[in-house]
Amino acid sequence: MSPLLEVSELSSGYGDFQALYDLSITVNEGETLAVIGANGAGKTTLLRAITGLVPTWSGTVRFDGQNLLPVPAHKRVAEGITMVPEGRLLFPSLNVRENLLVGGHGRRPGPWTVERVVEVFPLLAPLLGRASSVLSGGEQQAVAIGRALMANPRLILLDEVSLGLAPVVVRQLYAALPEITAHGATALVVEQDIGQAMAVADQVVCLLEGRVSLEGPSAGLERADITAAYFGMGHRLEAGEEGDRG
Amino acid sequence: MEWVNAIVQGILLGGLFALFATGLSLAFGVMRFVNLAHGDLAILAAFLAVSFASTLDVNPFVTMALVVPIMAAGGYVLQRFGFNWSIGADPLPSILVTFGLAVVIQNALLEQYSADSQGLDVGSFETRSIEFTDDIAVGWFPVLILGVAVVVLVGLQLFLSFTRMGRAFRATSDNPSTARLMGINDRNIYAVVMAIAFATVAVAGLFLGIRQTFGPTDGPAQLIFAFEAVVIGGLGSLWGTLLGGIILGVAQTVGNQVDVEYNVLSGPLFGHLIFLVVLAVRPSGLLGRRQG
Repeated sequence: MSPLLEVSELSSGYGDFQALYDLSITVNEGETLAVIGANGAGKTTLLRAITGLVPTWSGTVRFDGQNLLPVPAHKRVAEGITMVPEGRLLFPSLNVRENLLVGGHGRRPGPWTVERVVEVFPLLAPLLGRASSVLSGGEQQAVAIGRALMANPRLILLDEVSLGLAPVVVRQLYAALPEITAHGATALVVEQDIGQAMAVADQVVCLLEGRVSLEGPSAGLERADITAAYFGMGHRLEAGEEGDRG
Repeated sequence: MEWVNAIVQGILLGGLFALFATGLSLAFGVMRFVNLAHGDLAILAAFLAVSFASTLDVNPFVTMALVVPIMAAGGYVLQRFGFNWSIGADPLPSILVTFGLAVVIQNALLEQYSADSQGLDVGSFETRSIEFTDDIAVGWFPVLILGVAVVVLVGLQLFLSFTRMGRAFRATSDNPSTARLMGINDRNIYAVVMAIAFATVAVAGLFLGIRQTFGPTDGPAQLIFAFEAVVIGGLGSLWGTLLGGIILGVAQTVGNQVDVEYNVLSGPLFGHLIFLVVLAVRPSGLLGRRQG
């Protein structure tokens, strides 16, 4: 399997605040990678750096072998990178159908259409003409995922899909993930819910204070190690310590 | 009967105010950009028309084919390579930058054209009218202005509602960084918005120049009327801008009627009073979105 996304020694942050310290991850084509970690570990910053919404201070981001750093955020969509942002961030001035259509504004050619999205999320069928602000949280999240799919992504970044949603709704949304990846998209999932992350992912990366504290195949990781890496207790693996430059 | 006439004339005058206000309304609606040079841009367009009309020896209406595209291109370039740096959550930088631009335009016009009043002469069309009764006559030219204003505003609204680009405008207005995630180049959107704003204010400036004489420092007065129309109608609503322009126009002509002797003062005064009442009673404007 070839690496689709290679982030190496990435440092980034906001203003004077550094959120990521020489962080490296690799996502292989066709695999699902889950990034877990506590609040403030740098998960969202990592996704925003991959999409180009926050500047990269140092390090490289390569996508399918191509250096992404010179590519501005709005052109990365056409390369095949889309994101479902934390908090969904639908456009309140647009109805559900328009939210889906705008997701395809800078799209690469591919199979996704509004009809196709509705097939994956049948609950959206009666809602297409509604204002996005009157939907339930789960419905909004389905629109946000559908909006990202409309760009025909090769890599879809899902940020905290489960946030604020009932467990049954979260299971429904994640049930669509195999269908999404079957269309050729690779998924990078950010989750605070470790159980959900382990269930959907092939590989897991745990972040702690902007560094990788644990990584490995989801099947091979021990619960106790994850807990330790998640909260930064007890033994920390080498990966977390080598990039320390203060 | 003269009151009915005042109201009819006010509605027609409102067309000009609405046309003036369109660009302000659009720029504020999409990018929270307050353009203090808006009135001066209208005067600039009128002076450009004066120059073209005399050098090419054509009717001022014909110069529109040159002035409007030139202004639109200027708006695009100015936004793309200048104003975009002043865009953000805070409207203050845009106010400072465009205040400076207003001063530059006024002084450049004074330098180039002197302080003399100018006019654009389109011949007898300016004064031709249809008489409905002895008291009520409607000029063709004011009808044309109102018609153009309605076509421009309805056209813009349809563009925003039903086209791919219009959808991108609205998405960028809601949240520019999320719009970037959709592949929308928000900087380009802002430049297109400013091109449209400059084009509409150029049309308004030409109509103003045909309607009355104008001088290099007349811009700020036009800016006030345009602002009042936008605020009365509601920030960010194009239908509101049309309505606001018409209400302001009616207030001014009815105000003229109240004190015929001092109508130069009483007309605008009534407009300002209506504006203040709306601001006090309904700060979001008649059709504006309520702040959530």
